[in-house]
Amino acid sequence: MNTIEREVDVLVIGGGTAGPMAAVKAKQANPDLKVLLLEKANVKRSGAISMGMDGLNNAVVPGFATPEQYVREITAANDGIVNQKTVLAYAQNSYAMIEELDRWGVKFEKDETGDYAMRKVHHLGTYVLPMPEGHDIKKVLYRQLKKNRIDITNRLVATRLIVGEDGRIAGTFAFDCRTGDFHIVRAKAVVLACGAAGRLGLPASGYLFGTYENPTNAGDGYSMAYHAGAELSGIECFQINPLIKDYNGPACAYVTGPFGGFTTNSRGERFIECDYWSGQMMQEFYNELQGGNGPVFLKLDHLAEETISTIETILHTNERPSRGRFHAGRGTDYRERMVEMHISEIGLCSGHSASGVWVDEHAATTVPGLYSAGDMACVPHNYMLGAFVYGRFAGESAARHAGSHAHAQVAASQIEAERQRVWAPLLREAGLPPNQVEYKLRRMVNDYLQPPKVTRKMQIGLERFEAIREDLDRLHARNPHELMRAMEVHAIRDCAEMAARASLYRTESRWGLYHARVDYPERNDAEWRVHVQLHKNAAGDMACFKRAIEPYVVDMNQNDHRAYAALRINKELTPA
Amino acid sequence: MSFPVFSIAEQRSSVPVRIDEEKCIADKGCTVCVDVCPLDVLAIDLSKGKAYMAFDECWYCMPCEKDCPTGAVQVDIPYLLR
Ligand SMILES: Cc1cc2nc3c(=O)[nH]c(=O)nc-3n(C[C@H](O)[C@H](O)[C@H](O)COP(=O)(O)OP(=O)(O)OC[C@H]3O[C@@H](n4cnc5c(N)ncnc54)[C@H](O)[C@@H]3O)c2cc1C
Ligand code: SF4
Ligand code: SF4
Repeated sequence: MNTIEREVDVLVIGGGTAGPMAAVKAKQANPDLKVLLLEKANVKRSGAISMGMDGLNNAVVPGFATPEQYVREITAANDGIVNQKTVLAYAQNSYAMIEELDRWGVKFEKDETGDYAMRKVHHLGTYVLPMPEGHDIKKVLYRQLKKNRIDITNRLVATRLIVGEDGRIAGTFAFDCRTGDFHIVRAKAVVLACGAAGRLGLPASGYLFGTYENPTNAGDGYSMAYHAGAELSGIECFQINPLIKDYNGPACAYVTGPFGGFTTNSRGERFIECDYWSGQMMQEFYNELQGGNGPVFLKLDHLAEETISTIETILHTNERPSRGRFHAGRGTDYRERMVEMHISEIGLCSGHSASGVWVDEHAATTVPGLYSAGDMACVPHNYMLGAFVYGRFAGESAARHAGSHAHAQVAASQIEAERQRVWAPLLREAGLPPNQVEYKLRRMVNDYLQPPKVTRKMQIGLERFEAIREDLDRLHARNPHELMRAMEVHAIRDCAEMAARASLYRTESRWGLYHARVDYPERNDAEWRVHVQLHKNAAGDMACFKRAIEPYVVDMNQNDHRAYAALRINKELTPA
Repeated sequence: MSFPVFSIAEQRSSVPVRIDEEKCIADKGCTVCVDVCPLDVLAIDLSKGKAYMAFDECWYCMPCEKDCPTGAVQVDIPYLLR
């Protein structure tokens, strides 16, 4: 096994959604820079949008919504805990990004007059833009990477960021998951775009890779940012999604809602007013699942044949095309039967919820020279378009930083320590198989962290995660592929500890099910209308602290704030 | 008498991806499915010149099946979720 060194100006880690955009925008901002896109899988088919996407969940299109309305909606949906400047920056740049993607060849649904065919799914405004032919999106991005002559390396797994002696970012360590070679990539600026922490909770099926998120996104990005000294935020605001029972695709109310499909209880009755995914919605979903009217279903069997076949074409060919096979295996036909639903395992993801690395409106983290975008960067409910917009910000900011800084000095001891850590599982003669350690770790995550959250349980969880830390030194890999799984276990363990510590720190309940604390059932704005930040402190320990919410830049009225607090349909008030 | 510290048992697993070896042209140099898989779980059996699933770690996302030039790949739902 060799050690390979390389020097670039801007390094982008993660070539899924935000990463390719960051690389292209960095190069366009300054064509003289050497830009490298480093990817664990293969950029042609990597990340959440590997097969395509069903639609934009949060498009701010003139004539349908203003950026300010969008900021109000997300502030309410995230129970007030947002840095509005970051959400506003997204909203103001969202339409220009749609137009650019459109020019690049991404197909969005349009009406007869050529306008975007927007749909209402959120509680207040209209933000969903369907992409029934969204399967080419990775191809479109790849074409841009080639056109802008971005260097790409596939099958390199980044493990830790390199931090210079002056505290600036200096690049990354990585290894090749096919050869085991150790890579040292030095850079003046780094963009982290490694997606969600999707392999945190264990799916109820017990299948390690049956997660909602693309399981390549094991939480590596969260762990790398943490060890580099970056501040993370909102980790306690978990991601939990309503999915088809046993199948990891969304049901998906966003696609079927506009066609007349909806979520019901076992009696075929609606119980929530709005299918937009929020913690409050998930709490109602959970209550119905656990209550006498459970389980929950997606109801389509009342729709006309043409409508159902249109829905099938979208749902069975685009984002999660194996869905049709799953239904066929169980004999489920949308025409005849409601589809049983359940909730997903927990994850960390700002694309859907709010957990991520703290970034400002330029995608800058708290570490000089380090930028972040996409699901792992804390801009609540950012979804795919947010990944593109913040990918652009991150690329442009990184190009600016690289243009005015030299490479930071790096201590040789840092390099040696990481090489030893990474190669250890391959060099050990025997030890624990990574899949077994991962299974146990994630089963403990379910047992102790899955909401509703209980203080004593989370404390026991922390003890278990500490015990598993010792097992990391006994992991054994028989080949570079198993080494990838072994190093992912390190990252998953870090994320589990972060999830427990941040959840214990916030002693109130907020965001519905995402942070429902049984022993602190009330929301407590007097003490907890703040961000909970997490970082590695000077002593090297994981620590939490409060960060005040910046004054809002968009005025909120009482109704906005309340909008997401009352999602349950109140039968008494509904006229018969 | 001393026992090894770690004893390992191999567990059998029915894997979700099947390759039609009649159709697979890996022996002519094709590696498309191996290249595109986000989880890197497919490989070429060099003795046979055919692709196969080397690790049961599948997201059933289907780029392998979609991008195979000869239609040799079939992705099933993993047994545990079927
Ligand atoms: C099933 C599903 C359905 C969705 N549906 C919608 C929808 O309809 N509309 C919508 O707007 N949004 C949707 N989303 C959300 C949207 O897809 C994401 O918010 C967005 O794609 C995130 O982009 P990203 O760049 O952060 O992550 P990704 O696109 O997942 O990219 C992360 C990349 O990092 C790589 N990586 C990970 N670890 C490492 C490492 N250690 N070293 C190097 N590379 C690494 C991964 O291989 C991957 O390529 C959906 C998500 C999922 C999972
Ligand atoms: S893509 Fe198809 S033909 Fe090529 S190696 Fe894979 S199975 Fe064989
Ligand atoms: S379905 Fe996806 S994860 Fe499974 S082998 Fe094919 S490409 Fe890989």
